[in-house]
Amino acid sequence: MILTRLFPHPLLTLLLTACWMMLQNSWSPGAILFGLILGILVPFLTQRYWPDRPRLHHPLKIAEYILVVLYDIVMANWTVAKIVATMPNDKLQPAWISIPLDLRSPEAITVLAGSITLTPGTLTAELSSDAHALLVHCLHAPDPDAVRDEIKSRYERRLMEIFA
Amino acid sequence: MNMAFDIAVSILLVIGGLLGLIGSFGLVKLPDLMTRLHAPTKTTTLGVGSVLIASMLWFAVREGEVSFHELLISIFLFVTAPLTANFIAKAHLHREGHKEDLPEVGDGTVWAGQLAPEDEEIDEPHFLPEKGVGDAL
Repeated sequence: MILTRLFPHPLLTLLLTACWMMLQNSWSPGAILFGLILGILVPFLTQRYWPDRPRLHHPLKIAEYILVVLYDIVMANWTVAKIVATMPNDKLQPAWISIPLDLRSPEAITVLAGSITLTPGTLTAELSSDAHALLVHCLHAPDPDAVRDEIKSRYERRLMEIFA
Repeated sequence: MNMAFDIAVSILLVIGGLLGLIGSFGLVKLPDLMTRLHAPTKTTTLGVGSVLIASMLWFAVREGEVSFHELLISIFLFVTAPLTANFIAKAHLHREGHKEDLPEVGDGTVWAGQLAPEDEEIDEPHFLPEKGVGDAL
């Protein structure tokens, strides 16, 4: 109990320390020590705003998810660059699509919305009032249903497993 | 070997520059705000990304020290870029409405920005702190 009070978010502690080390770009004991102090102080002082600990499963799945998103960013970048550079504006078919969500945890929805925006060609604009759907804008989507199905099967399915 | 390395770094830099150019071009060329949002927020992620990879490669091989600053820059960029785009889109929806263009949510509710202030139910969202959580302070 006292341990969870003092270290409310062990993962955040690790992440902050790693961030500090990268910022310092050195592995000297002083840098590690100060990074640890920051990593322990910041979650402790901000725990009021993070009452829930997101439950993460399958570290391998997280790595897989990051790789999938990075791959999609690279691939879709070319598609979008091609559309922007060569397609006349009147051929463009922008579309709003609504993506019903099976995810419920706020952290998972945030990650999904961020991934959708980072993948070129799609952009998260809004959440429905009870957080059960995302409003996504597509730059060029002749077949909006296909985009919705792809997002659900490629990203949401994986996130369901990670944040299960 | 050195030659090949220089070529690799140069190609990455040129790709980064090209993507930045296309992104800025899209900002001028595309017809309205929502489509314009796509160009700079997207092409720049990979554009900046390849410049950063080039920088990492260069310093790793030429100076012999691995620099993690580039990694940090890309992490911060990837975390903040969606937020900016999201807020621009929300502000745009708020001002312009687009009511007739937007699809239905599908379960009878409306999009969060369409709630009229009077029928907004202020439920206690479950992720806000309960009283006493931070009492350790």
